[in-house]
Amino acid sequence: MIPNEPQITPELVAEHGLTPEEYQRILALIGRTPSVTELGIFSAMWNEHCSYKSSRVHLRTLHTQAPWVVQGPGENAGVVSIGDGLAVAFKMESHNHPSYIEPYQGAATGVGGILRDVFTMGARPVACLNSLSFGDPEHPKTRHLVSGVVAGIGGYGNSFGVPTVGGSVRFDTRYDGNCLVNAMAVGLIEVGKIFYAKAVGVGNPVVYLGSKTGRDGIHGATMASAEFGADAEEKRPTVQVGDPFAEKLLLEACLEIMAKDCVIAIQDMGAAGLTCSAVEMGAKGDLGITLDLDKVPCREEGMTAYEMMLSESQERMLMVLKPEKEAEAEAIFRKWGLDFAVVGETTATQRFLVRHRGEVMADLPIKELGDEAPVYHRPFTETPEPEQLLAAEVEPPLPLADALEKLLATPDLCSRRWVWEQYDHLILGNTIQRPGGDSAVVRIDDGPKGLALTTDVTPRYCEANPFEGGKQAVAEAYRNLVAVGARPLAVTDNLNFGNPERPEIMGQFVGCVRGIAEACRELDFPVVAGNVSLYNETNGRAILPTPTIGGVGLIEDVALATTIAFKAPNEAILLIGESQGWLGQSLYARDLCGITEGAPPPVDLAQERKTGDLVRALIREQTATAVHDVSDGGLLVALAEMAIASGIGARLYGAPVMIPPHAFWFGEDQARYVVTVAQDAAEAVIVRARAAGITVRRLGQTAGDTINLPGERPLLVKVLGEAHERWFPAYMAGQA
Amino acid sequence: MKAAVILFPGSNRERDAVRALRLVCGANPSVVWHADHDLPSGTDLVVLPGGFSYGDYLRCGAIAARAPIMDAVRRHAAHGGLVLGICNGFQILCESGLLPGVLMRNAQLRFTCKDSYLRVEHSDTPFTRGYNAGQVLRIPVAHGEGNYVADPETLAQLEGEGRIAFRYCAPDGALDPKWNINGSIAAIAGIVSDRRNVLGLMPHPENHVEAALGSTDGRGLFAGLVEHLAQAA
Repeated sequence: MIPNEPQITPELVAEHGLTPEEYQRILALIGRTPSVTELGIFSAMWNEHCSYKSSRVHLRTLHTQAPWVVQGPGENAGVVSIGDGLAVAFKMESHNHPSYIEPYQGAATGVGGILRDVFTMGARPVACLNSLSFGDPEHPKTRHLVSGVVAGIGGYGNSFGVPTVGGSVRFDTRYDGNCLVNAMAVGLIEVGKIFYAKAVGVGNPVVYLGSKTGRDGIHGATMASAEFGADAEEKRPTVQVGDPFAEKLLLEACLEIMAKDCVIAIQDMGAAGLTCSAVEMGAKGDLGITLDLDKVPCREEGMTAYEMMLSESQERMLMVLKPEKEAEAEAIFRKWGLDFAVVGETTATQRFLVRHRGEVMADLPIKELGDEAPVYHRPFTETPEPEQLLAAEVEPPLPLADALEKLLATPDLCSRRWVWEQYDHLILGNTIQRPGGDSAVVRIDDGPKGLALTTDVTPRYCEANPFEGGKQAVAEAYRNLVAVGARPLAVTDNLNFGNPERPEIMGQFVGCVRGIAEACRELDFPVVAGNVSLYNETNGRAILPTPTIGGVGLIEDVALATTIAFKAPNEAILLIGESQGWLGQSLYARDLCGITEGAPPPVDLAQERKTGDLVRALIREQTATAVHDVSDGGLLVALAEMAIASGIGARLYGAPVMIPPHAFWFGEDQARYVVTVAQDAAEAVIVRARAAGITVRRLGQTAGDTINLPGERPLLVKVLGEAHERWFPAYMAGQA
Repeated sequence: MKAAVILFPGSNRERDAVRALRLVCGANPSVVWHADHDLPSGTDLVVLPGGFSYGDYLRCGAIAARAPIMDAVRRHAAHGGLVLGICNGFQILCESGLLPGVLMRNAQLRFTCKDSYLRVEHSDTPFTRGYNAGQVLRIPVAHGEGNYVADPETLAQLEGEGRIAFRYCAPDGALDPKWNINGSIAAIAGIVSDRRNVLGLMPHPENHVEAALGSTDGRGLFAGLVEHLAQAA
């Protein structure tokens, strides 16, 4: 007899985030009223965060295959082969709601969770990245959130000992009540030594490893699957507390017992902790799992079965071990000072059986817990396509030189040095390109190969046209990888949206996923891992649609990777790719003209691929000396960034006659790169590009210490650099 | 040179140290567990690597300073053996009494990872003999608590005995509060013991030993140690 205190009431069902229909589904599935522990288990398994019930039908359309993909979506992380018997495991995941409520711990445990996903597969983490979206800088909470989130990401990664090498930060009033913290981890693993969650064999020990279980984070996943109201602050107790020290020990202990061949199956305890991990291991292996909660190491006394099953205490793992290796594995864990407890076993019953103090607290069909979770085909309305904003309709408010100086100092375009200097981006001694370029470059062991890593999304494009915005996020990641000389391999997506029960939000989601699917297919750049975060709304106001893309590329020899910095004076500066002067959704239009209407720049994927191939070839042949992709802020901003990174200026020609100068220099047309080459190599590059059907334009040459545009005052690179560096530290000090 | 890198729970730059020793000294160091009581016999150099030993939830380095292996490290130092503490290792050396002073929270109250410029103050130690006095090195820092503090007598003693090995400086070598990366007293980045056989420093020379990583300014420290030992032998 399963004890049932308290009674299940409609209110209790609603508090667990389950709809009346979903509760009926539970009743039909188990044929009786669930115990409160069982209700908790269902709520953990069936919430949006764990079940992907609103997104699943759309995620199936993503392009996930390529010959180099070792593991696609559905495991803890995606895995891609990089040759020499090595593979890279990576994934990005959101920790949005917790970070808004408690920024330091929310962000820290976001990093901890994604690192665990990567080393659960047996990979040693080699890099972290992130993508952060904050509200309007003027909003009273923004500074506090930036400060806490950045410190939390640094606090965890720095102590754990993984370099945080890249990322992105943006500000928009639409994130005022709901910031986004998307964290990505990347690890290296030998192909053939990858570990999975699938349990094998009946009667094998299920072992609990890592930190003790406390009452923190109970219902964290349910919280993350609901909108915020005015009571967001009251949800602080559902945010977990991170312990990077424990995680570092857990990493070393896990990798050690994996190397000793002790492990059959492994799953980290992330969202909905013990429940999700146990169910996943059993369900994937077509086995039952029996847990004895009296054996679970607890931090607090008197914890109930309900609390233990839903706790999201951090730095914990569940494993199925080879019985003959149990003692060896235990000795390794004890050496690292970690808890090790046999808490259950695998069974042939396909039941999830939970005992506590001699009583059965839950007895549920294990496969149905996951497989029978509701799947919704939510109604959606497509976002209407906006009109194109014609350059002729945009009156330039400032001379070009003044506009550049101003743009470089805006919150969205200024230097992020204040942020990344708080991240240890050098530990492990393989950071070939530090933050601030197009992609971070991390050497693999002693080289010569390296990984290029980037995170990208342009939410204002996604809002205006979800399909083009979804394409653009993938294309920009692709371009950033190409710009350092890498071959783009695969992506992880992290889809952040509002409430999917609203058709217009669902329309944004569907549009963005279609765009991502098309771009990944056309660019041969598959999605191998992903995460969906919905209900990012406060009081009915949704965030900008933010499908973050984390891209990974391979560099054959890191000595040949390029940076954005100009290398020498008197080199030819070329623009590869075509310009129309597309001002719609540009930062120039938004930040200098106050225009937020208009279609975003369209993405021509065939052109992306062609220009990408050319640029990569120019890098490989060492013809290109500096490369920078053109994105936020447009061409002149890209050129200024190349100048600032080097201290070398540029003498530029005027804009083409067909395009108004402000549209040429600040338009955000896609599929473009700025490349420098030796003067005597320029003509050959132009001829070669034209033969391939790619537009190339000579922009001028590197020269002196100023940026010179015809008819404009010269801009000292040093002064531009100071403008670029000014805003962030001043803002954080309360002086901007 | 036989080197031993001590591994505490929470050490995390031990791989960086091992690689630098391998690249510059040509031999792999041994890695010694914190709970051991003895160093491998014949150890010339002990390295206490960077990291967050025991999580550094108490004062940085305070628990590591009391680890079983530290008795062996103290004996090694007392016999004139070389000890190099980097970052968390420097904090551990201060906490264990092998070096004076203490490392406090950075003046800017934030963890800071960036290149620093170091002026070599004295080249008459085993750790700095690979450099010239006055030479400026570009070496990265990555710490939240590297703000060196000592009482006036200790500071006078360090100055008087020529025990300040490195100071934070401007790229041209000038001392300038703007370039004192964490607010350390007298811009101190590293000090040696009275016998000059123990060095603690906050910056990470082990991260700047390869041109591919942007600088080889850290090599001189390790190369100098090899020379010193070769000469002593």
